[in-house]
Amino acid sequence: MRVTVTVNGEQRQADDVWEGESLLFLLRERLGLPGSKNACEQGECGSCTVYLDNTPVCSCLVAAGQVQDREVRTVEGLADGDRLDPVQEAFVEAGAVQCGFCTPGLVVAAHDLLDRVPRPSDPEIREALAGNLCRCTGYEKILDAVRLAATRKADPEGAGR
Amino acid sequence: MSLTPAELTSAVAGGIGSSAQRPDGNLKVRGEFAYASDLWHEDMIWGATLRSPHPYARIVSVDLTEALRVPGVYAVLTHQDVPGQNRYGLEHKDQPVLAEDVVRYQGEPVALVGADHPETAQRAMKRIKVEYEVLTPVVDMETAVDDTPLHPGGNLVRHVPVRRGDQHAPAEVVVTGRYEVGMQDQAFLGPESGLAVPAEDGGVDLYIATQWLHVDQSQVAAALGVPLEKVRLTLSGVGGAFGGREDLSMQVHACLLALHTGKPTKMVYNREESFYGHVHRHPAVLYYEHGADRTGKLVYVKARIFLDGGAYASSTSAVVANAATLGVGPYDVDNVTVDCWGVYTNNPPCGAMRGFGAVQAGFAYESQMDKLAEALGMDPVDVRIANAMSEGSVMPTGQVVDSAAPVARLLKLVRDKPMPPLSTAVDLRDMPGGVSNTTHGEGVVRGVGYAVGIKNICFSEGYDDYSTARVRLQVINGEPAALAHTAAAEVGQGLVTIMQQIVRTELGVQRVTILPMDTSIGNGGSTSASRQTYVTGGAVKAACAAVREKLVELAGGRDLADVDLAGLLGDDVIDETVQWRHRATEPIDPETGQGNAHVQYGFAAHRAVVDVDVELGLVKVVELDCAQDVGKALNPQAVLGQIQGGSAQGLGLAVMEEIQVEGGKVRNPSFTDYLIPTVLDMPPMRIDVLELADPNAPYGVRGVGEPPTISSTPAIVAAIRAATGLALTRVPVRPEHITGT
Repeated sequence: MRVTVTVNGEQRQADDVWEGESLLFLLRERLGLPGSKNACEQGECGSCTVYLDNTPVCSCLVAAGQVQDREVRTVEGLADGDRLDPVQEAFVEAGAVQCGFCTPGLVVAAHDLLDRVPRPSDPEIREALAGNLCRCTGYEKILDAVRLAATRKADPEGAGR
Repeated sequence: MSLTPAELTSAVAGGIGSSAQRPDGNLKVRGEFAYASDLWHEDMIWGATLRSPHPYARIVSVDLTEALRVPGVYAVLTHQDVPGQNRYGLEHKDQPVLAEDVVRYQGEPVALVGADHPETAQRAMKRIKVEYEVLTPVVDMETAVDDTPLHPGGNLVRHVPVRRGDQHAPAEVVVTGRYEVGMQDQAFLGPESGLAVPAEDGGVDLYIATQWLHVDQSQVAAALGVPLEKVRLTLSGVGGAFGGREDLSMQVHACLLALHTGKPTKMVYNREESFYGHVHRHPAVLYYEHGADRTGKLVYVKARIFLDGGAYASSTSAVVANAATLGVGPYDVDNVTVDCWGVYTNNPPCGAMRGFGAVQAGFAYESQMDKLAEALGMDPVDVRIANAMSEGSVMPTGQVVDSAAPVARLLKLVRDKPMPPLSTAVDLRDMPGGVSNTTHGEGVVRGVGYAVGIKNICFSEGYDDYSTARVRLQVINGEPAALAHTAAAEVGQGLVTIMQQIVRTELGVQRVTILPMDTSIGNGGSTSASRQTYVTGGAVKAACAAVREKLVELAGGRDLADVDLAGLLGDDVIDETVQWRHRATEPIDPETGQGNAHVQYGFAAHRAVVDVDVELGLVKVVELDCAQDVGKALNPQAVLGQIQGGSAQGLGLAVMEEIQVEGGKVRNPSFTDYLIPTVLDMPPMRIDVLELADPNAPYGVRGVGEPPTISSTPAIVAAIRAATGLALTRVPVRPEHITGT
């Protein structure tokens, strides 16, 4: 089948898509966007998290055909050219990235959290990121990164910089 | 996308001791870092692996006819298509690339399919007809040696005895225990994957996520039956490792398919296949007896340790040596009788995982120290401090510990931290059971536990453990710029950052490029045993020293500090490659276990505070504090990241992580049923980092990655015991162990 979808603001089309393919496979193998990761492919790890019409989803659990005529935003679509999104910037600075395989999903999940809750409490951060597994960091520096990004977004020119 | 990873260049200040940022960090947060599973090649095909459904069976026949008829299939291969040696292995070549007449574990590779789409490959695999004669599997590690021999030499992989002092010393107080450690998985997030590209010279280029390029290269070349130089490996992005990528997984398989079809071949495991596709931490049964005097001073330790190596040896021999030589823990004990056996069974193969033998022993000896404290009516920290080893102590192997061993100090640091407050306002997210809303505090009991551990750093027992580094210095755009190249695998730990920091410090340049890691340069050794900062860091430092010597020659007697580096270099290019070794170790005596087997020892201590819902058996770790000596923190932020991540894996083993194996079959090969800690499970940590330099090591460093994984688990279990009063002799602790239901 043919799938037409807007990805990161650009209309894209893929042909000969097998009906069993996931959105994750479509992005990674057909549209040249491998940023969303394939860590479990069963919705348990969150590493494939993308926005589907502004709602974060595990792209491995969405059939490719379901995104017809809809909007997808992936980790590749968060930065503004060379300028990283504050969440991305904070992940690098706080040391929240080790192997980085969980990072794209966590960045999207944290990005969504801060859009909804600009100054989240620690329990709120933990709850929001509980669907994203990380095996390297023990999560401490991921929490640091989200706190830092929240501070930066609330006060872009402020002391957090 | 290019198959060759990006060169990583940073042009910032940030020598050793600073928390310089990762040069691959921006790529990773943008989703642009190329992991092995992201690779793509024009005209590539997909490989898939047919695996045995039985733990032990004879293969009666294999029929490929129907599979080959599936449109889109390029090749279906069996062991008959392995042109070289159909045996590989890290320490013993005992594992077939593809099974011949017998399969020895559930998940053993039997056949390969290469096809135009992963789904085509799956459909073709289902049409391969394999007739098995199912055999009774050997599954009990304690009796395996006397059971059906699974390999020509029998089922004993290695027995290491350690004997020291009086074997019959009497003691006033004796405590005994039997302990069990379940099978833990590395659960790295990036699945096994790679892309093999056939080359015009008849060889192959393999882009791969691994921990050790050169040991992969030699095993792949032997299996393909081609000269070493025709198998060229380049490290792709690695999504974590933790020991699980020391052994081959799909390396030979992808190369076989590529050479048979003439097409670039990509293989990517899904999570279920990943559980079958790599070795795990050895499950263990450990019998301990500790004898002490009435003051709590240890008189003797006796231990019998069984490690289940599963169907193939992998690194079992080295794991056995670790469990045996580190078997009494970081304590002074004059009289030691330890035996450790690693055996073959039909369970999943086990090998390296962070902590490597020291984890299993650590759970048992620390449980014993708590039991001893209880028998004596002593404080558990006091009894540890009374026996704590220190610099100058003698190990059970006779080896003198000749650098810092601040065991007592680490214990005092974690003991003296303020206690987290008992939560007053009920937030479900802080409760055992969390938002499942199982308690608002009723039935919840707090407990506190302590543990300390010891780990050998770098390869042991006389292994020629070295790394190779090349450093080039030249002027680029008017600015001195350095380039560093090794074959040492960056798996996420931050070796690329450390290499840049070392070059900046040694050569006084800011702009440093890290070349992709590949086999065009000499061996970098394994990314394991907490050794890369020590050994490859040492090699980079030594290569920089060789470059500096050339600079000194150019300077002709002027002090380098007074010279403009760019002006001095002009158009010259200085390019030096060195091999660097740590000090040599010795084999241990096979009868007594005596010998200077280890390079360096690392120590960490933990305090765990837990809340336990004693009615439901649910545990919430409230705080997990750690103190560790790292010799010298080359990158303090990365050091904390290792301690936090290592402690989290120890938490996983304590309360949730186990591959459940019944009759040789894995019951939970998914992240739905094999649980690893989430951000809700992992508590805040307060961490003390000591920097007591080891004079034998580059910059004084002490390996960081593994020690925190050892003491984390027993500290948490001790805390659960304190809360419940239960013996809890097995990890992971499950709810039913607490409720008794």
